[in-house]
Amino acid sequence: MTQSHTLTATGLARTTRFRLDREGWISLSLLLILVVGATVAYLAGERFFVNLASRMVIIALAGVGLNLALGFGGMVSFGHAAYFGLGGYVAGIGAFHAFDMTPALGIPFLPNGSDQMIPLWLTAIALCGLLAYGIGRLSLGTSGVYFIMITLAFAQMIYYFAISWPTYGGEDGLPIYIRNQLWGLNTNNSLVFFFLCFGLLVLALSFCHRLLGSRFGAALTMARLNPIRLATSGVEPRPIKLMAFVISGMITGLAGALFADLNGFVGTSMLDWHRSGEIMVIVILGGVGRLYGPVAGAMLFVAMEFWLGGLTEYWQFFLGLVLLAVVLFARGGVFGLLAGRSRHE
Amino acid sequence: MTLSLLFEQLLNGLQLGTMLFLMASGLTLVFGVMGLINLAHGSFYMTGAFVTAWVTGTTGNFWVGLLAGTLAAAAVGALVEFAVIRRLYQRDHLDQVLATFALILIFSEGTRWLYGSSPLWLNVPQSLAGSVRLPFGVEYPLYRLAIIGMGVLIAIGLYLLISRTRLGMRIRAGENDREMIGALGVDISTLYTLVFALGAGLAGLAGATIGALQSVQVGMGEPVLILAFVVIVIGGIGSIKGALVGALLVGLVDTLGRVLLPDLFKLFMEASAASGVGAAIASMLIYILMAIILIFKPNGLFAVKH
Repeated sequence: MTQSHTLTATGLARTTRFRLDREGWISLSLLLILVVGATVAYLAGERFFVNLASRMVIIALAGVGLNLALGFGGMVSFGHAAYFGLGGYVAGIGAFHAFDMTPALGIPFLPNGSDQMIPLWLTAIALCGLLAYGIGRLSLGTSGVYFIMITLAFAQMIYYFAISWPTYGGEDGLPIYIRNQLWGLNTNNSLVFFFLCFGLLVLALSFCHRLLGSRFGAALTMARLNPIRLATSGVEPRPIKLMAFVISGMITGLAGALFADLNGFVGTSMLDWHRSGEIMVIVILGGVGRLYGPVAGAMLFVAMEFWLGGLTEYWQFFLGLVLLAVVLFARGGVFGLLAGRSRHE
Repeated sequence: MTLSLLFEQLLNGLQLGTMLFLMASGLTLVFGVMGLINLAHGSFYMTGAFVTAWVTGTTGNFWVGLLAGTLAAAAVGALVEFAVIRRLYQRDHLDQVLATFALILIFSEGTRWLYGSSPLWLNVPQSLAGSVRLPFGVEYPLYRLAIIGMGVLIAIGLYLLISRTRLGMRIRAGENDREMIGALGVDISTLYTLVFALGAGLAGLAGATIGALQSVQVGMGEPVLILAFVVIVIGGIGSIKGALVGALLVGLVDTLGRVLLPDLFKLFMEASAASGVGAAIASMLIYILMAIILIFKPNGLFAVKH
């Protein structure tokens, strides 16, 4: 038993060094499909489909964040909408104050709001990290169902706070009149924005790839598989999990900031618990604990949303059926079907 | 803040607490006996409300509607258990969360498909329509008082069912050791279906009675579901006593917080800001309460040992 766990951890470290096995080929082709699809759509003048691709990429990024906690850390967070929404509100509130030329949050000592993406992204990442640290600190004392429900409850807390705080639109949400800027780039151009999001997705994926191949990644895997063994080998599991949870929240928060800019709007729907469920669904559809699983999941989800949504107003009914079928009969998700079972399942 | 207003809000808090208890007791029973986390519990609440509104509209009799709504919710619960839920008992919590999340989507959109998006209306029955005069000069609606009374009766009924009957004995045995009671010859899958249907029926009853106070619409079960989660987390998952205490605590804290906090902040802030901040904090109050309780008691107030 103990020996097999050691093997699993070192085996993971070895496989995460990028070797193009079947999973690698599928991952690479997913990214290629996105890039080619968006470029072709742009050249054909179909802005809508470029934005659809951006949507896939952003939702995939949110899923990559959750996957770090859920798939690799074994922490079933049902509250990632909190980070997604907070990231969105950072982009929205920054733009709001930049438009008004007032200090951030209306507090005189703070610098003025900003419509520059880089400071907004960094703020979103920092704040989401702080929030995830607080929530993780309190929630990681529990496990199992308690953890699921507590993360859900904390996300609801943020949700109700956003609804009852009237300055930034409350229930009506907050429009972003002009998409935030990045140096000299024309971010309003749909393809430029797509490649921005895509670049960040690739960055996040390679970051996670490096992270999981490191000693930290091995410790995180072990914290999921056998925390007691990890503790006996001299590594405390809880700080490792907390760290992964914080990074997970940061990545999802960055996705939220992009999502707000894509839609030109941020509202409480980004904080809704359905959103937490959706991000989770994306991770599961793609395949839990597969690095590129969320990419596959997000592409499938957005495509279904578009295709079924065009057929019927009640598309979520069918989404429910598909999801139920995946959970009951195809547990590995897309990657499980295409690339076989993962090595460390 | 007058005494009469405070008393009235206290009753409102109790009424919310009783409703939450109906929801939470089913959730906590299902978790305690089957180890299942069920997000679709709010769907049974919605089912109860819709069937009650529909049958009451057709027959013109609220009580027939109430009975039909409760039974329909229980029947739908049994059906769902048979078709989907029993495949999930052996799975981990992640699978359970996802499958029941899928059920929510199916139920919500299915109901929207059947009944449309506009809410249905359900009126308080004639015999409970008035209000009664209570101490401190409070005029309180009879229907809300009846809900509190019903909640008390159901709490007593559940207590008797679990501590005094054979079914209750099996439920308690199931909580302690699932394999053992199966080995002793108890038909475990029928027991599971019964417990699940009981929980669904209680949720349906809650939805049906609340339907007469609020509008009956798709998604009405979700806010209640999340409150019920907070209740069972506070009370200790699997404990009926915990569900009762947690429900009353959440009901009272939530209701009183919304009334008292804005006034409290007015003591040291200007009025408009105080009501804004007060309302914002009040809406977060039960989650803050939950966080505080979990810091000191990570498994809830009445932790159940498995």
